[in-house]
Amino acid sequence: MTTRTERRVGRTGGLIGDSPLRPDGIPKLKGEFEYAQDLTAAEMLWGATLRSPYAHARIVSIDLAPALAVGGVHAVLTADDVPGRGTFGLEQPDQPVLAGDYVNYWGEPVVVVAAEDQDTARRAAAAVVVEYEVLEPLVDPEEADRRDETFRRMKIRRGDQDITGDVIVDGYYEVGMQDQAPLGTEAGLAIPDGHGGVDLYATSQFVHVDHEQVVASLGLTSDQVRSHPTGIGGAFGAREDVNLHIHLCLLALHTSKPVKMVYHRSESFTGHVHRHPARMWYRHHADMDGNLLRVEAKVLVDGGAYASTTGAVLANACYFAVGPYRCDSVTVDGVGTRTNNPPCGAMRGFGAVQVCFAHETQMDRLAAALDMDSLDLRRRNALATGDAIPTTGQIIETPLPMTEVIDSLVAMPMPDATISDSPLSLPGGTGLTTEPTDVSRGVGYALGIKNLGFSEGFDDYAQARVRLTAEGATVETAAIEVGQGLVTVLAQIARSALGVSRATVRNVDTSMIDSAGSTSASRQTQLSGGATLEASTRLRARILHAYNGDDLDDDGVWSEGRLVTPMAEITEGSWEETATFRHPATTEPDENGQGVIHADFAVAGHRAVVDVDPELGLVRVVRVDTAQDVGKALNPQSVRGQIEGGIMQGVGLAIMEELIVEDGIIRNPNFTDYLLPTILDAPEVEALLIEKEGSWGPYGAKGVGEPPIISSAAAVAAAIRDATGRPIDRIPVRPQDIALL
Amino acid sequence: MDTQYPKTIDEAVSALSDGATPLAGGTDLMVEVNFGHRRPDHVVALRRVDELAEWDGSTIGAGVTWRRIELEGPKALAEAARTVGSPQIRNAGTIGGNVATASPAGDGLPFLAAVDASIEVRSATGSRSIQWDEFFLGVKKTALEADELVTGVDLPEDLPERQAFGKVGVRNAMVIATVCCVVTRELDGLTRVALGSVAPTPMRARQSEEMISAVARPSESDLAEFARLVAAEVSPITDHRSTAEYRRHAAGVLARRLLGRCLR
Repeated sequence: MTTRTERRVGRTGGLIGDSPLRPDGIPKLKGEFEYAQDLTAAEMLWGATLRSPYAHARIVSIDLAPALAVGGVHAVLTADDVPGRGTFGLEQPDQPVLAGDYVNYWGEPVVVVAAEDQDTARRAAAAVVVEYEVLEPLVDPEEADRRDETFRRMKIRRGDQDITGDVIVDGYYEVGMQDQAPLGTEAGLAIPDGHGGVDLYATSQFVHVDHEQVVASLGLTSDQVRSHPTGIGGAFGAREDVNLHIHLCLLALHTSKPVKMVYHRSESFTGHVHRHPARMWYRHHADMDGNLLRVEAKVLVDGGAYASTTGAVLANACYFAVGPYRCDSVTVDGVGTRTNNPPCGAMRGFGAVQVCFAHETQMDRLAAALDMDSLDLRRRNALATGDAIPTTGQIIETPLPMTEVIDSLVAMPMPDATISDSPLSLPGGTGLTTEPTDVSRGVGYALGIKNLGFSEGFDDYAQARVRLTAEGATVETAAIEVGQGLVTVLAQIARSALGVSRATVRNVDTSMIDSAGSTSASRQTQLSGGATLEASTRLRARILHAYNGDDLDDDGVWSEGRLVTPMAEITEGSWEETATFRHPATTEPDENGQGVIHADFAVAGHRAVVDVDPELGLVRVVRVDTAQDVGKALNPQSVRGQIEGGIMQGVGLAIMEELIVEDGIIRNPNFTDYLLPTILDAPEVEALLIEKEGSWGPYGAKGVGEPPIISSAAAVAAAIRDATGRPIDRIPVRPQDIALL
Repeated sequence: MDTQYPKTIDEAVSALSDGATPLAGGTDLMVEVNFGHRRPDHVVALRRVDELAEWDGSTIGAGVTWRRIELEGPKALAEAARTVGSPQIRNAGTIGGNVATASPAGDGLPFLAAVDASIEVRSATGSRSIQWDEFFLGVKKTALEADELVTGVDLPEDLPERQAFGKVGVRNAMVIATVCCVVTRELDGLTRVALGSVAPTPMRARQSEEMISAVARPSESDLAEFARLVAAEVSPITDHRSTAEYRRHAAGVLARRLLGRCLR
């Protein structure tokens, strides 16, 4: 007979702190996982979109006849066919479902088509004749600022506005337009229900907010549309905004047939928002001991043609403009401009990435001006629990192990100082451009801070339902798994909190559960995890109470070491609990940007080691080490997955990932020219997880998805600066920035 | 779309005389089809034409893949082959396709220019051999007639033993060349320098060749002068991939370094 202790040991592999196999892992590896691209239905039609070839133009006329004449075409729709609200948007509904009188960016949808196959749909869309009167696009964001073409302005004033330092460092910095470049392009299927409503299965990070926008534009009631979570191949912020969702529903309702769309790669680059390009002007003041006295910054992010989340991204950039440092005198002015460039919105790091590059470069320059070690300068000014966030004045109440991050990072072993003589490990890689004697090595550090969850008074919550049946526990949620491992961690929480070994996560549609909020802002493990923990805890208490027990496991309810009710008997009843989890409330900023703006914070630091060929300007990132504040690692392997992936995305931003936009037109909307790091560009990564419990997330967990990218790009840029002596005030760093200065 | 699957070159070129589009590895053609730039009605698929995949001494069949060249080719051409796309692309893409597409950035083309290769072409009415500099006429423009098929590239019997390839790109693999270069040097000092991505066609830096060929044992200052001359001879453009200024600079640096390798 086995003892209870042994049985508990046998249940590893699925509890908090374990790293069980992801349930979708093997199917994804084998190609059996159903992504949105794989959805199909009987008598399904295919949709296609005709997009604007101009960054700014007036639509003079649209002739649909040539498209309707193509055999196999079932519908060709324009703005006139949108029955409800003609616009959508996350912060304000300013973006047309289909362009009406004007197109305001290159790639803006004008006409949608449904046809019997994808090729026919695309050919029919191309056959539509649109007469445009081409207008001068506004593409310079500084000109937009002067003309007051803006989505939001931010003003932060804290402390003495006249103080000056003994040492003053000025800088101007730029960050290019990064793309999320998820491997799965936008895709979806809309199925009419035969009663005037529709079921939508489409790539998303937040089905409830899609649902609100779809319902409004279709002119239907909320219960007539059901938005279903579906298989997503990556998101990184690109799937927060509506793109093909309303189009699919319009076509499905118009044709009374299921309609599917899959964006091709180039279309995906115009069909979703991008990371805001930024221009930043900084002035740091310090005393001779290196105490930060004052930080002044102007932050400009270009929102492009429509609002998306520009207001929130700008605000975040301003709130974290100083970085994780104490400073009692802060002046930040921010502007999110409206231009005819491609719309920008959410991307991993959400404004904190751009300013991190600027404030960390400033800290290095300040250290140089003070003739001080840059880490000593950072340590001297590092934020800690109990300090005020320098911009907003908010007191940090949860653990913020910034000093531990710095100390851990410094203590991590450095790579071998010898430059590799393997050609594939040198700058230039397969191109065989570079030999060890051409190489200069550099080391750079950067620290970052960001909020967790939604801020500025947003009612941020997640609902989850936990059921117990003979099959075990089921967590029902509308939270979106985009690849990050939510389906694993929610099951771990349910197993640990409920006490049963079998738990699965089931995605349900908007009619079956309330919102889980967005899979963004590093928030789902904390928010949906919190709801899962609360529902599981309540369910366990109810069951124990019902059977007068003191413990619950797979066998049933126990009391004082004896099984009192077997599980089979318990699951004859219906057991479920639904919980809604909210993080601590936040406030809107006052007129000086002050307030309890954020729910929590996370910090991380990165040390990058790079080999640079200064003469050709080529870079190989040798290694990126990191220490990250994670609260509690609920699934250490998933945490490391986030860290390695985030660092790769940071390396990409530092040296190659940029959408080149000229006169409002993206010149490289494809993977030939939008370069993502390959495995030959990937650094070795060592990660140290710093666990300090005390945050409000389940078991003290903090969100971990964004910190890996916030300071990794800045660290790589710093390392290139160290290797070359070049200013490196713009990322991505281009070969000519290194070679020709 | 109508597709034919010839087994011989004769069958293939007779299909071409009806206006069909040849398809080899598809790594260029299918990209154009996917972008909607081309919609061929008739395609002649060449994979089953065994003759095209023959590699007979100094004649490399048009259907020989980059993967095979990477393993079996002369040194600098093998090094170029390694930089073509990903392993999947190298298993599909062919040298004939690289030649027929005639992209300024074609990774295999500087080698052909450096060794003065000829392009073998055939039509239903006959065959001809075209010297590389008479074959490549402009950006994706060649001397190939619509009914002609590239059947192979003809290299000299004796290739210089000292040869080196290099390619500058923003990523360490799978990248379109910002500049690529081949340098060869004979024992008597005769040096050839060919470059890609710095002109509408692959080009030779003939003044630089002349200067450095005359120097038996180049000094550091000779090498620097050589780099300066190469940079002056190229005629690059600025586009979304790089600037003319950087390409000019990188061409000189790369040629100098490759020459240095040949001299060791």
